[in-house]
Amino acid sequence: MGASGLDLRLGIDVGGTNTDAVVLDRTDRLLARAKVPTTPDVSTGVAGAIAAAAEQLGAGRTRITHAMLGTTHATNAILERRSLRRVGVLRLGAPATFAVRPLFGWPEDLRAVVSAGEEIVGGGFEFDGREIVPLDREAISRFAGSLAGRADAVAISSVFAAVSAEHEVAAGEIVRKELGDVHVSLSHEIGSLGLLERENATVLNAALTGVAGDVAGALAGSLDACGLDPVTFFAQNDGTLMDLEYALRFPVLTIGSGPANSIRGAAYLTGSTDAIVVDVGGTSSDVGVLTHGFPRESNAGVEIGGISTNFRMPDLVTIAIGGGTVVEGGGTAVRVGPRSVGYRLPDEALVFGGATATLTDAAVAAGRLELGDRALLSGREDVLAEALGSAERMIADAVDRVKTSREARPLIAVGGGSVLVPDGLPGVREVHRPDHFDVANAIGAAIASVSGEVDRIVNLGRGGREEAIEEVVDEARARAVAAGASADEVEVVEREEVPLAYLTDPAVRVRVKAAGPLEIGRASQS
Amino acid sequence: MAIGCSILGAGGGGDTAIGLLASLQAVEAFGPVPVVDLDDLPDEALVMPCGGIGAPMIWIEKIDRGDEIVRIIPVVERIRGRPVVALMSAEIGGSNGLSPVVWAARAGLPVVDADGMGRAFPEVPQVTMEVAGISANPAVMTDERGNVVIFEGVDGAWMERMERAMAVEFGGQGYSSEYQMTVEEAKGATARGTVTLAIRIGEAVLGAVHDPVDALVEVLDARTLIAGKVVDVERRITGGFVRGSATIEGLDADAGRELRLEIQNENLVGIDDGAVLAMVPDIITVVDTQTAQAIHTERLRYGQRVTIIAFPCDPIWRTPAGLALAGPRAFGYDLDYVRVEDIDGR
Repeated sequence: MGASGLDLRLGIDVGGTNTDAVVLDRTDRLLARAKVPTTPDVSTGVAGAIAAAAEQLGAGRTRITHAMLGTTHATNAILERRSLRRVGVLRLGAPATFAVRPLFGWPEDLRAVVSAGEEIVGGGFEFDGREIVPLDREAISRFAGSLAGRADAVAISSVFAAVSAEHEVAAGEIVRKELGDVHVSLSHEIGSLGLLERENATVLNAALTGVAGDVAGALAGSLDACGLDPVTFFAQNDGTLMDLEYALRFPVLTIGSGPANSIRGAAYLTGSTDAIVVDVGGTSSDVGVLTHGFPRESNAGVEIGGISTNFRMPDLVTIAIGGGTVVEGGGTAVRVGPRSVGYRLPDEALVFGGATATLTDAAVAAGRLELGDRALLSGREDVLAEALGSAERMIADAVDRVKTSREARPLIAVGGGSVLVPDGLPGVREVHRPDHFDVANAIGAAIASVSGEVDRIVNLGRGGREEAIEEVVDEARARAVAAGASADEVEVVEREEVPLAYLTDPAVRVRVKAAGPLEIGRASQS
Repeated sequence: MAIGCSILGAGGGGDTAIGLLASLQAVEAFGPVPVVDLDDLPDEALVMPCGGIGAPMIWIEKIDRGDEIVRIIPVVERIRGRPVVALMSAEIGGSNGLSPVVWAARAGLPVVDADGMGRAFPEVPQVTMEVAGISANPAVMTDERGNVVIFEGVDGAWMERMERAMAVEFGGQGYSSEYQMTVEEAKGATARGTVTLAIRIGEAVLGAVHDPVDALVEVLDARTLIAGKVVDVERRITGGFVRGSATIEGLDADAGRELRLEIQNENLVGIDDGAVLAMVPDIITVVDTQTAQAIHTERLRYGQRVTIIAFPCDPIWRTPAGLALAGPRAFGYDLDYVRVEDIDGR
């Protein structure tokens, strides 16, 4: 495709139960929408959703210039230990950090699949930018040499890489000189403060680079099969996009994009920038918070496949309540979930003539939803009403848990099962139920902006505070632009300063995120 | 033990996650570490208190080498002219409770079933040994590179200032030993039984059949000040230390009540409608109502379902000298100390 401008956008989101696709025009009008079951290999479901959306557009499909994919490929690859690359794990931190060696605490089978060897060599920085010791270049060469023929990728993590990336960059050059064209992941480009978690994330990233290539290939194939040739983007865990080239380098950032997409989609559909968002799917509900137009992020790190990482994921409370959630028992002992019939709902739910009572049946019995044959529920009304009440209490509790103050907030209900969210909830001012609520996640992928983030400890002792923080802001903007955002429209969307306790020198941890819409003129594909 | 150290930390002392990994790695490499009672050690030999000093946020990046304290054992032995027969945590609460396990495994020494606080406190001289009149001198401090500094301070406050300054120079984190003493001296100058207590706490919480919080309250003979949710957190940093307060609104049986928690790195005072329910040096800990895991002061957030428990500190802190060093007035609260078990509930 040539360097034509932005016209139609195709957003695709892979969920636990369904894979959704939507097409939006330049004014964000919805032109097509499709929902197909998620498949075990993920790619088949993605291809199906794209084909169904393209079908609806007919000949207009060729106007699709951009495609945005939020996918679970990377998560699945880690959980199933599939298609992972062999990684040489290099830490720059000696003589410190030996007390916890790289990959200590990883599940043994995952470590066996991923690690081609681990080494800690001299290097790394203090919080104030001094070297712990000079970089041990010889030791890096030796380790790289030992990896020859055994590693497809190398992950390099330095102590306080967020303060100075110099050693990581230099180590990367040495590794490439020894090993030629292997993939190299540098921790300062991936995680935030916290050496072990950032190192874990960097190793996972390096291991996933093969999967990223496969996904990109499968996506290109699916698009091609429908006669489409758009520029492709991937949704990441903070609700923003990265371009294909970036996604191939940082595949680990695609993990957790689903909930972020729902929250961004909910924002778009209602025009809100601050609200609680409840996304009710087939199996579970995610309750998150929209703050200044973006998902509020968790302070604590997240575990992926039993490994601690320090990604900034949306701060969510997830409960086992969805449209397919199974209702069991009777009388005073009605049980709701956690089992779900998932995508088999059209076969198994009572209203469709099936034999399993679900929360969808409960919603139909309560008159909130017209679906299937309500008469099939007769005699079960009491149990279903009890189940619905119980689901509502769980939702109310989850909503209260994500709130940050007593103040009543608006709530946006999205997802296929959002009829389960009642109109009145404690601490909620009003409940919005936008049109197209059931494909909010795919819409979120389609309308997302592009971001860049910097998280580092800044020493205020030397220059002025303003100057030091301005430097971090500039770098966050530059990162957003590098990832594909329009330079003119990038703005700071999040800025956090935390002073360091127990230190006499003034130092502060600064985290800045900048984001902006897609740079339209750059729509050329390499 | 990591769970127990967090509970004994009274909201401070730093996260135990890295300390737990380091302990597991050290035990895997060097074998298990015996926990010994002071009564089973030779009276004339030395017990060496030890710990890290600096900002916990540094520690999440620049993790220990793992042998820092091991390298200064000979320095202490040379100066004191006696053999070190066991290491002791200077502070059982938080990450410093676990660090001696890492060093003892490598040194082939036991860890004594005692510590210098029975909880967590922010400053070097806020230890039971100071109350008992043991000298902090000489303090021996080191870093991961192998630098060693020996301090002779005129008093505990100066020791705190000098070590804190040295920690910054070392990169925000250092490792030190003060108040080395003979086993005989240690018997009356330490909070005893705290290592096995930490382990018992962890066993109770992890092994709870029904409610982990009930199991925790039972093992500590603690009082529950309130069970509810965090509705307000206010925090600021002055002079390098975290100060602030948190408000907990009662739920269920405690509905209608509200507890305010005063915080200075640790949870220091719990106040219900003007009535003080517990105060420093007694231990006040915020735990997750479902899991009974401790929640550190810096992690408190609106909406968390928490239970606040309080339990007695080591008896040394309840002496006049102990209260002078770490009673409510030492932290700026104009309160006469009343033992938590003597305060009328609610």
